[in-house]
Amino acid sequence: MELESAIEASDLSKTYPPGVQALDGVSLRVPAGTIFGLLGPNGAGKSTTVRVLTTLTRPDGGAARVAGVDVLADPSAVRRSIGVVGQKHGADTAATGRENLNLQAEFYGITGAQRRHRVADVLQRLRLTEVADRIVRTYSGGMRRRLDIAMGLLHRPAVLFLDEPTTGLDPEVRVELWREIERLAAQELMTILLTTHYMDEADKLAAQLAIIDRGRIVVEGTPDELKSQLRGDAIQIQLAEPAAAGSGGLLAGVPGVGEVELHGTDLRARAQDGSAAIPAVLGALEAQGVTVRTVTLARPSLDDVYLRHAGRTFTRADNDPMEVAA
Amino acid sequence: MTALRQSWQVYMRGVRVLRRQPAYLGMTLIQPVIWLLLFGALFKAVTRIPGFHGTYLDYLTPGVVVMLAVFSAGWTGMGFVEDIESGVMDRMLTTPVWRGALNAGTVAYGGFTVVIQTILIVLLALALGAHFQGGVGGVVLLIVVAALLGSIFSSLSNAVGVLARQRESVIGAVTFVQLPLTFLSAALMQRSLLPGWINTVARFNPVNWAVEAARSAAMEKINWGLVAGRIGLLVALALVAAGLATRAFSRYQRSL
Repeated sequence: MELESAIEASDLSKTYPPGVQALDGVSLRVPAGTIFGLLGPNGAGKSTTVRVLTTLTRPDGGAARVAGVDVLADPSAVRRSIGVVGQKHGADTAATGRENLNLQAEFYGITGAQRRHRVADVLQRLRLTEVADRIVRTYSGGMRRRLDIAMGLLHRPAVLFLDEPTTGLDPEVRVELWREIERLAAQELMTILLTTHYMDEADKLAAQLAIIDRGRIVVEGTPDELKSQLRGDAIQIQLAEPAAAGSGGLLAGVPGVGEVELHGTDLRARAQDGSAAIPAVLGALEAQGVTVRTVTLARPSLDDVYLRHAGRTFTRADNDPMEVAA
Repeated sequence: MTALRQSWQVYMRGVRVLRRQPAYLGMTLIQPVIWLLLFGALFKAVTRIPGFHGTYLDYLTPGVVVMLAVFSAGWTGMGFVEDIESGVMDRMLTTPVWRGALNAGTVAYGGFTVVIQTILIVLLALALGAHFQGGVGGVVLLIVVAALLGSIFSSLSNAVGVLARQRESVIGAVTFVQLPLTFLSAALMQRSLLPGWINTVARFNPVNWAVEAARSAAMEKINWGLVAGRIGLLVALALVAAGLATRAFSRYQRSL
């Protein structure tokens, strides 16, 4: 069954002077009511994609519809049905949380009693009621982020954009914010497009995700689909001493285990279900008189997925922005 | 209606900041006070030049008010530079807010600070012994003229801030523009005593329009034709500047 799309982008391209190609044919489809994760290293094109979809800027080529409206033809209609939580904090730090929300409400034409009601409602939902009349400058990082989200939700948008919502937050605050986002998605039946360069974040929150690199979507699917494409878990075994037999021989005949490699005392293999294969693996080694020092089982991570599709790790791309720009 | 409401809310954003830090207003007043005292003392003797009428303090007060309006309103664009840096600007631009309201609200705020500062300068001038021949009505017109001139420079400052996105550019623009525009006008010296080319330039200088209207209304026997004409010019320019500043937002978005 084909679900209605909340976001549809086709072949978006954008080049910044002096010729940095930020988007090189990005196409996306986000079904209504789901959380979609857009993953990629810094400079991959995540934020540019969000800026195009939120009408902040225009693409050089391609087309996009958000909440059923063409972003190029009718940007103000798009603005009325989206909420945007940008990468930077969007609140005025010299004003109180409530004042920020009041002004935001006015921008959407929400006034009077309705404004009071909505502001009180989002303050309560994001647990900001007690600090509502404090100047934002005195807020903690987590509180400021929750205020940003409150501002994005105030007018009950159909589509919410969260651009790297947890970057720069403490680990505990991140986990807390994830819970918040999951709760919102469940309660509001809202479509959320989330960009992040944290694998665990995308894994935890997104029903669907796409990896973007150098302005292109390199792979798309559910987190599980993407991970299972990696042909199973990695089993790493440290042997007590270098084994004499050929590597294929050591684990020959153990069901469900393949891609066996032996380098000195380092034995690696892949198994569709790693934890089920381990007893048989250890049994086979013991039967051949090989002493095992340690066994490690690694589930494929999204990092592995990324490595597979973009050919480098996130950390490397993060540390080398020029490589992305080039 | 929505446009007015939104402009009012943007204006109140500035007013609330000012209410929390009223000292800021005092700081921007230091310079005009120094001008009034220093220029007043320095140029006292110019009234002895044939062709000069009245006391120099009477002559100078509208000039200082006009300088203050340019100077004070010129900083308005700093707010948008900060908004761009902090992410507030992008957040505002993804809402359906009328872009004109973002400019109009901050311009109204710039005008409001100019009004307060002008009142304080008028009180100081009174204390120093200035004669406001135009009475209360004349002073009100002086304030209106100052606010109008201020709104022109608030809009221009906003445009510079949004397009250049740097504090330095706003500071540079204000300092670059303020003194030349003041000296190319009758702010400090009577028109008839200005060199010919400055006199010509002054005819097209909005600072001069403001200073002549303000002086005629507040300090002399009012010349209604001149005051109305100059105010008309200032209103027209304020609208053009507001239009330019509003268009700066789409220019900014194109660069994102």
